[in-house]
Amino acid sequence: MASATEPPQQQGGWLEERLGLAAIRAFLAHKTVPVHAHTLWYYFGGITLFLFTIQVMTGTLLLLYYRPSPAEAYESVQFIVTRVQFGWLIRSIHSWSANLMILSAFIHMFSVVFLRAFRRPRELTWLSGIALLGLALAFGFSGYLLPWNTVSYFATKVGTDMAAAVPVVGHNMARFLRGGNDVGGATLTRFFGFHVAVLPGITTMLLLAHLALVQKHGMSSPRWAVEEYRRKGQSVPQMPFFPNFFLRELMAWYAALGVLGSLAAIFPWELGLKADPFAPAPAGIRPEWYFLAPFYTLKLIPSHVLVFEGELVGLAGFGLLALWWVALPFWAVDRKGVERTRWVTGAGVVLLAYLATFSALGYWR
Amino acid sequence: MRYGVLAFLFAVPLAAADSCVDCHSVLEGKLQAPAKAFANDIHARFGFSCADCHGGNRNETDPEAAMSKARGFVGKIPRTAVPERCAHCHSDASLMEKYKPRQRVDQMAQYRTSVHGKRLASGDTKVATCIDCHSVHDIREVKDPLSPVHPLRLPETCSRCHSDKTHMASYKLPTDQFANYRKSVHWEALAKRGDLSAPSCASCHGNHGAQPPEVGSVAAVCGTCHVMMEDLYKKSPHQPVFAAMGAAGCVVCHSNHEIRPPSVGMLAGPNAVCSQCHDATSAGGIAAAEMARQITSLEKALARSDQVLANAQQSGMEVSEALLRQREGREDLVKAAVAVHAFQAAAVQKPVKEGLTIAAETYQTGVSALQERTHRRLGLLASLIAIALTMLGLWLAIRSIEGRTAKTSQLTER
Repeated sequence: MASATEPPQQQGGWLEERLGLAAIRAFLAHKTVPVHAHTLWYYFGGITLFLFTIQVMTGTLLLLYYRPSPAEAYESVQFIVTRVQFGWLIRSIHSWSANLMILSAFIHMFSVVFLRAFRRPRELTWLSGIALLGLALAFGFSGYLLPWNTVSYFATKVGTDMAAAVPVVGHNMARFLRGGNDVGGATLTRFFGFHVAVLPGITTMLLLAHLALVQKHGMSSPRWAVEEYRRKGQSVPQMPFFPNFFLRELMAWYAALGVLGSLAAIFPWELGLKADPFAPAPAGIRPEWYFLAPFYTLKLIPSHVLVFEGELVGLAGFGLLALWWVALPFWAVDRKGVERTRWVTGAGVVLLAYLATFSALGYWR
Repeated sequence: MRYGVLAFLFAVPLAAADSCVDCHSVLEGKLQAPAKAFANDIHARFGFSCADCHGGNRNETDPEAAMSKARGFVGKIPRTAVPERCAHCHSDASLMEKYKPRQRVDQMAQYRTSVHGKRLASGDTKVATCIDCHSVHDIREVKDPLSPVHPLRLPETCSRCHSDKTHMASYKLPTDQFANYRKSVHWEALAKRGDLSAPSCASCHGNHGAQPPEVGSVAAVCGTCHVMMEDLYKKSPHQPVFAAMGAAGCVVCHSNHEIRPPSVGMLAGPNAVCSQCHDATSAGGIAAAEMARQITSLEKALARSDQVLANAQQSGMEVSEALLRQREGREDLVKAAVAVHAFQAAAVQKPVKEGLTIAAETYQTGVSALQERTHRRLGLLASLIAIALTMLGLWLAIRSIEGRTAKTSQLTER
């Protein structure tokens, strides 16, 4: 028997009562995105997020068949790509999407640098973004080993050897990564754990923090756009986030999906040959493209620089470079609060040129 | 560092103890050469000195005393005495055990049975003795790539005499062995692929007991590596016939030094070795043609599969299992080539049939992979059309929304 005291529900009222959708609608109605000549670059953050979502979905599907042991890893991936219905597509999309996600994250980072979007009060947004990029690279490094093929096995050997070159903690760090003295079954299990549990957990938390910070501070307008409109006695025009920007972002996601599908279907990701730990390392072994620049730089450094080991000098250099880059929002303004515009642009151009040139040299030489 | 200083302090007096090396090092020309070369000699490494072969006393600083005949100094050792001089140590099992426990000590016994040894015993000093192959004063271990008897250098070492027409004239031996060997599959394996186990002169002729294999033992010599071929040949109708003819088994078809890669062309065609004895219409000729036909059919089938699988692989299709099966098919091809040595078409038929089954299966896999590639691309095209239409829909929706917003703004302004 229904209670006579309960008022009848209005349409949509049931969800409204429980979730408070009006607040979300109000938030979306007020959220805006600046419109200027470089609004295009705002889409790359969303594209990176979209590709991350693809990674999570395809990765979950791959988990249904993948087996993380040296005896079965390669065979299970081979089974996925040859026997499982659309398994080849899922695996290929997962691999291509990982690479496109890192590319998109790099574009996002450099657009933030050149548009000065890291300025006060967005320092924490920059730091969380850089940490997310680091996590994306860690995803790439750990996932690379999982098919247990020759190239991935030896690339992991080289990568973990580099970690071992770090003074004091290097040996223990390499042991921790490998789960022993050399790359083997323990490394595979460990990398699998990092790839499907540890890294996704940390990434999800950091991603939520990054998005919350973006929401809190809103989209940054470049200084020159603000000045340009101020001279006209106006403020930078804004576009409503929902639905105007959101629908445009959706279009960008569809475009990304088209590129991803085309790459996956026309150039399915190779499986290669099963890793043989007793075989000699094949000639021309090299890491994924996003590690090529440091890899090639380390190759160029002589075995000894003065009294120091060359590899150690290289790693120390990369460490300092990374630290300097992470601290960008803090050195981009002087003590009087004046922006060091030329320094930032110069640093961005030099870093971009270095990454592009050395990655190309590492690939072709 | 500490050990380095100690080594230096002790090394100087030890080096100074060998007066032969000390004096000959400061001489000139051929009197100096042995002392210089001896630094790289394996014997020097183990502490032996010139005096151990040449006699005399290494500890005497006075040349007269050091090279005193009373102390057994012989100077240049006559060629006829060289093998015995080397054997003095190398045939002494208890001495060799101290330096090279796994090394054989029967070299001298073998050398005596060799053509070289027999001729030397009869006073022919032109034949090879130990030092002609192993060098003298800078003798290195066989595994040392600079040693003249290292597997990669041995054929050239033998050829120094055996390709020398003047040297060989008195023996009435041919001098084209090395030139022919350099055209053979064995040379290709040894020199081009760096396979140190590939046969060279000593593998067939022996090293210290060197002599040419007799007609009756050629198959046994080849059979040390080509076991299955030898086994089939021994049971084949050719074996008693060749034996009766005094023909040297394997050499009849494959030659001796110039052993070319075997091919179907040896069975049938204008250069077929079978046709040298068998008429095309004879039972032997028909069997040879049939074997050639079967092997050719398998070769063609495997090549066809290779091509379609390569196409599929280049398109990114996963066909590694089929490529592994192709290897099994190639093994059947090798088995068929081995079975030829039974000289019966039926023997070749079994591996060919198995190989053809594999080739048909892998070809089908390749064709299916290429069909799958087409399906994928059609699927991609359909997906891209759907994506493009959705994007178009979104763009129209954006235009519609922004058009409405613009109109509302204009009305508000009025």
